[in-house]
Amino acid sequence: MLKDITLGQYFPLDSVIHKIDPRFKIMFTLCYIVLIFFASSPAGYLAVGIFSFLVIKLSKVGFKVVLKSLKPLLFILCFTAVINLFFTGGDTILWQWKFLKITTDGIINAANMALRLVFLVVGSSILTYTTSPILLTDGIERLLSPFAKLGLPSHELAMMMTIALRFIPTLLEETEKIIMAQKARGADFESGNLIRRAKALIPVLVPLFISSFRRADELATAMECRCYRGGKGRTSLRQLRVTSLDWIALGVMLIFALVIIFINLGF
Amino acid sequence: MIEVKDLVYSYIAENSKPEEILKNINISIQKGEFVAVLGHNGSGKSTFAKHLNAILLPMGGKVYIDGIDTSRQEHLWDVRSRVGMVFQNPDNQIVASIVEEDVAFAPENLSVPPEEIRRRVDDALETVGMSEYKNHSPHMLSGGQKQRVAIAGIIAMKPDIIVMDEPTAMLDPIGRREVMKTIEDLNSIYGITIVLITHNMDEAVKAKRVVVIDSGKVIIDDTPRNVFKNVELLRQIGLDVPQATLLAYELRQKGFNIRDDVLTVDECTEEIYKLCR
Repeated sequence: MLKDITLGQYFPLDSVIHKIDPRFKIMFTLCYIVLIFFASSPAGYLAVGIFSFLVIKLSKVGFKVVLKSLKPLLFILCFTAVINLFFTGGDTILWQWKFLKITTDGIINAANMALRLVFLVVGSSILTYTTSPILLTDGIERLLSPFAKLGLPSHELAMMMTIALRFIPTLLEETEKIIMAQKARGADFESGNLIRRAKALIPVLVPLFISSFRRADELATAMECRCYRGGKGRTSLRQLRVTSLDWIALGVMLIFALVIIFINLGF
Repeated sequence: MIEVKDLVYSYIAENSKPEEILKNINISIQKGEFVAVLGHNGSGKSTFAKHLNAILLPMGGKVYIDGIDTSRQEHLWDVRSRVGMVFQNPDNQIVASIVEEDVAFAPENLSVPPEEIRRRVDDALETVGMSEYKNHSPHMLSGGQKQRVAIAGIIAMKPDIIVMDEPTAMLDPIGRREVMKTIEDLNSIYGITIVLITHNMDEAVKAKRVVVIDSGKVIIDDTPRNVFKNVELLRQIGLDVPQATLLAYELRQKGFNIRDDVLTVDECTEEIYKLCR
């Protein structure tokens, strides 16, 4: 049940996209997200679509997997599309029933929002699919390090992310164990209305919280035993090196950005 | 080298009088020794262990590691890098989500250059026999494998001494065997001083010296053979003796002429065989 959650899943494959420096990849993803909002014409979306298609192809992750990532968002996707479809004002009314009306603007808006959401999810999924959590945190830490002077705890944030990622499977396993233990004593998680079910979760959450605090305490001691004293002066096993591949990728990204901007300006 | 002098430690809970956990402990452990510290729950053995790398500081007396006083703040990290510590639950010691990243954690903290970290990580994983799992995620490993990764994480720090606080308590029999083998190798092949805190007698037998702690005091400090002779005393303080020793003891009680310092199953068989002849 809980094992189906594929939070930030990573596919360890050998592809060009996997090899791009995580710092570059994070920046590219941010850039891509901004560009999605620039591309508001059919031609723009076509360009974004082709680009996304090529990146997925290069990443070797497979389209099925990427499409799967959209599944949990199906509801939100439909919801936004429907809301936009019916509640956008406009002059050319195509169909009307009481306060609900469909206008051409509405259709365009709905399509816009839906496509943007799809591309948004696809883009960020590609990042997590092709970058190991460790590299991702490394990348984030390095990218945020210039802000450390302004008081931003970049190392601490990265460390928290590392530990959180490390403990997700452990805590999921523990949750399942507690659920089974409570079931064995007659707890009922499957029947009743929403409130009853939420209440049934309390006997799961309380032991889970207690054990998490205990784990945190033990982990802190173990980390101190291994001479952890914050990010100052720490070295790293993994050295991030910028290669020619990264510059080529940067070039491709720049061309893509220019294409989107040109389309947007109406060339 | 570890030098513990008149160590006193009390646990102070709110609204109650302090409870003395360690009372005047005096031990000295030489380089390369393999010492097992025995004691039942609440005897103070874990509290003692935490003093060896300055996780706890003595309330009375002193602890010296290679002549360095552990209570001196400026030498704290020096002490901690000399004395590694492995705990009971491997899950709560592993920091990173990839085996080799986790092993690299300690050297990273000690500002070791990257090439040297790489070397240390590979060596440490080789030592515990986990090289082939270096890119695995720890939660996919068995308990014994996880504990070996945790040990590798300590070895990568290059400590002279490793303190193990019941490292096999949460493992299945196979995991126990793997971890005990690793611990023995660390001592015999790599010459690392081992302090093994345990309440498992069969593990204590593997050590070259056994220290029995009860209610915060050292009761016996001798070779396993001499320690386990004292069957009555050990039982009095709530400890078992190895099964082979117990059998020999019961036979002696019944009037058979059998050695009183039998430790292993093989020795016991040998003795009984002699009796039957």
